[in-house]
Amino acid sequence: MKTALCVVAWVVIAPFLGGLLAGVDRIITARMQSRVGPPLLQPFYDVLKLFGKQGVAVNVFQNYYMVCFLVFVIVTGALFFSGGDILLTIFALAVAGVFFALGAFSPNSPYSNIGAERELLQMMSYEPILIIAAIGMFMVTKSWHVHDIAGFQKPLFVFLPGVFLAFLFVLTIKLRKSPFDLSTSHHGHQELVKGATTEFAGPSLAVIEIAHWYENVLLMGFVYLFFAFNWVVAIPAVLVAYFIEIFIDNTYARLTWHFTLKSSWIVAGVCGVVNIFLIAFLVK
Amino acid sequence: MNILLFLLLFPAAMSLVFAILPANTFRNALVRISCLLIAAGSVYAAFVFNGQGYQSFKVEFPHIDMIFFGGEMLLSLFLLYKCIGIKKHEWYIPALIIVQAGIMAYCEMSGAVPEVDNALYIDNLSIIMALIIGIIGSVICYYAISYMRDYHHHNPQMKDRQRSFFFILFFFLSAMFGVVFSNNLVWLYLFWEITTLSSFILIGYPKTEEATRNAYRALGLNLLGGLGFAGGILYLVKFCPEHTVDLARVIASGPGLMLIPVVLISFAGVAKSAQMPFSSWLLGAMVAPTPVSALLHSSTMVKAGIFIIIKFAPVLSGTWAGYFLALIGAVTFLMTSIIAVTQSNAKRVLAYSTIANLGLIVACAGIGTYETLWAAVLLTIFHAVSKGLLFLGVGSIEHKIGSRDIEDMDGLIVNRPGLAVVMLIGILGMFLAPFGMLISKWMCLEAFVSSSIFGLPTGVLIAMILAFGSAPTLFFWAKWMGKIVSVPAGLAKGEGRVPGDEWTALVVLAVATVATAALFPVISWVSVEPYIVSLYHQTVSLSQGNTIIMSILLALMILLPLSFLAYPKKTKLVPRYLGGANVGDKGEFLGAMGVVQQATMRNYYLAGFFSEKKLTIASVLVTICLIVTMFAVVKL
Repeated sequence: MKTALCVVAWVVIAPFLGGLLAGVDRIITARMQSRVGPPLLQPFYDVLKLFGKQGVAVNVFQNYYMVCFLVFVIVTGALFFSGGDILLTIFALAVAGVFFALGAFSPNSPYSNIGAERELLQMMSYEPILIIAAIGMFMVTKSWHVHDIAGFQKPLFVFLPGVFLAFLFVLTIKLRKSPFDLSTSHHGHQELVKGATTEFAGPSLAVIEIAHWYENVLLMGFVYLFFAFNWVVAIPAVLVAYFIEIFIDNTYARLTWHFTLKSSWIVAGVCGVVNIFLIAFLVK
Repeated sequence: MNILLFLLLFPAAMSLVFAILPANTFRNALVRISCLLIAAGSVYAAFVFNGQGYQSFKVEFPHIDMIFFGGEMLLSLFLLYKCIGIKKHEWYIPALIIVQAGIMAYCEMSGAVPEVDNALYIDNLSIIMALIIGIIGSVICYYAISYMRDYHHHNPQMKDRQRSFFFILFFFLSAMFGVVFSNNLVWLYLFWEITTLSSFILIGYPKTEEATRNAYRALGLNLLGGLGFAGGILYLVKFCPEHTVDLARVIASGPGLMLIPVVLISFAGVAKSAQMPFSSWLLGAMVAPTPVSALLHSSTMVKAGIFIIIKFAPVLSGTWAGYFLALIGAVTFLMTSIIAVTQSNAKRVLAYSTIANLGLIVACAGIGTYETLWAAVLLTIFHAVSKGLLFLGVGSIEHKIGSRDIEDMDGLIVNRPGLAVVMLIGILGMFLAPFGMLISKWMCLEAFVSSSIFGLPTGVLIAMILAFGSAPTLFFWAKWMGKIVSVPAGLAKGEGRVPGDEWTALVVLAVATVATAALFPVISWVSVEPYIVSLYHQTVSLSQGNTIIMSILLALMILLPLSFLAYPKKTKLVPRYLGGANVGDKGEFLGAMGVVQQATMRNYYLAGFFSEKKLTIASVLVTICLIVTMFAVVKL
């Protein structure tokens, strides 16, 4: 019963949280750039307007993949917030990511094609750290279940500082923030145009936007796990983490995929793996 | 027992028939019937023996052991005869044959080879292997009928030697059944060597210079492994106090007495399952016609290698030698997954992915806890089905579009929707939740983290390697799918149909891929868990909650394409964005100097980032060190 409630809460509340997060993001970003910025609810207006537009597509298949993307992001989050197996959550998130990339491949357009390739490269970059984070959480809490990890009474980030750092590093990739906004961009006036989402418009673009909101809330859930021993600490920690990401977003220019892949694997290999080995030998 | 003898002897008998009959309608009908009978036979065996645990049988036949010894000597002589074609640098091949034959002859002549009471056996693992060989193997033979006809149609310069082709194909199946049913290690050794011989002949089938050289390489590397096998037998009959060549007794005796021969024979398994540093033979094997690749990769040959390692897992469990064996598998998994990213030749991608997945299975078996063994057996099943499907799919695509390059598979979803769907199912089966490969990977990842030797958390290292190895897997499969689903402008539906036999084979395997994913808990419960329980007295199974989640994911995978039918028709179709310089609606744009150009897209292969050559050399060196260490720590 409780599980069902969690799932319903996720499905209903997450897009609102995600939209608000996006609104806050836009305001803070604007202030960092000495602009006033849009109203807090602007992301919702945008999406509603997109739904009202005529659907435009290059072929009949492409929107279908994006619907799958949304469905699998929702399923992933449902797994996570109902306390399921954390590794399975990561694998399900990969399924969602693959559908997003397939949607971008489908139109066979140069810009979205590059976006798709880069999206997959980004997945290759962050996947090891996600798995290592799950392994680390298991080694400390002795459970693969989000339910038990969240209920762990000690502060997880104290045991997993390296893993948490590595996780923050790839969070930038996952949130599609600069310097790792390789596959899509916020603004259409660049060499990428809009990358993976170039060929999407109207309702299907709205679907992608909502899926991203869901995804962002899910990622914040991951950050929350590191501080889950006490929600009074955890919620500010999540907000601070997101603020750091916005700050990085606004202070770095886009880097190359070479750097993305290399740096995230090195960070995973150094911070993540060393941390795991220390845990393995110290925590019995 | 009769059904075992049927599976052992019937394919061999039919192979003799196919050695005589020319390729005509009658021969084709006979091949189809034989395939059906072999598949039916393996299903019948599963039906009769499943749930009965270990059953062994005495073979009453005068001088049967002498016949097997004679067979080994004949085989060596035949191989020596085949060495006429070798080059100077391949001198080691006849040397290996002579040493091996010498060892076996020495064992036999000194009268030291003990009798084995029950030379044949069947247990749940044998049943699973028999089903893989019997069903997938025969589907591939079935497919070969029309494939070989088209193959010679496409390559008129090549001499049609289909008689020897089908002869070896069926003989191969017999030998594989021999490998999984023999309880006498000397018999198993003969069947083992027959699979080496068969793959040697099949790889050399095109008779080109490249094919011949690759065939010799496969022969040489597998003989090197076979040397380990012969060494293991020599140790068992000469030095081991237990003095037995009874497989069941070897396993029951445990690592204290049996670790040395087990590691020697596992070394043979490493070579046969094409782990680094032996991987080059399997890559070279691609020159052969596609059904051969499919057979070698999915249901025979490499599966014999991991079968023997899985079989020995209880002995390897908790030993340092087993741990280093597992590391060989893990390093192979990581390196070949990365190398696969750089490949655009579909068959090479498949080959590297096979080696990677076998590496995972070797890692599981080397660790050898009940959880990892469970994952290893399931990986074997799922890999056989999906990989068989993918190879046959690529074979059909190659005959239809004239290329096996992934770059040429642009728009397959429009061009050849049927083949595209088949390929997508195969690829999904290889790497995405909720299909079997991913479930098994998930399970073994969780098992590795908790495994230890003498209280040391050794499994964590393997789990880390796995974490890094999984990421490139995702990349190379997903970008291949991307090529298949992308829709280039102005593409028409392809002409010419895929032959009926090929379709039948593809559909059977595609259905099997989805069915094994759907029935995964049943497969685990009915056949894998009893085997694990019989060895470890405990077992794993997916919790009910996770089973439900898997079913939901699979249902989504199947149902979501249906939503496509309810697609809103009001969507307006427009040309793709080409920087505002579109010309017409065929995907052309106005380039510099006013020239109209076609926009084409290519995948990322990161060849400048990951070098196939350097990575191969590095991993060969690392794995050689690991093998040396594996032997060095055998006494620990």
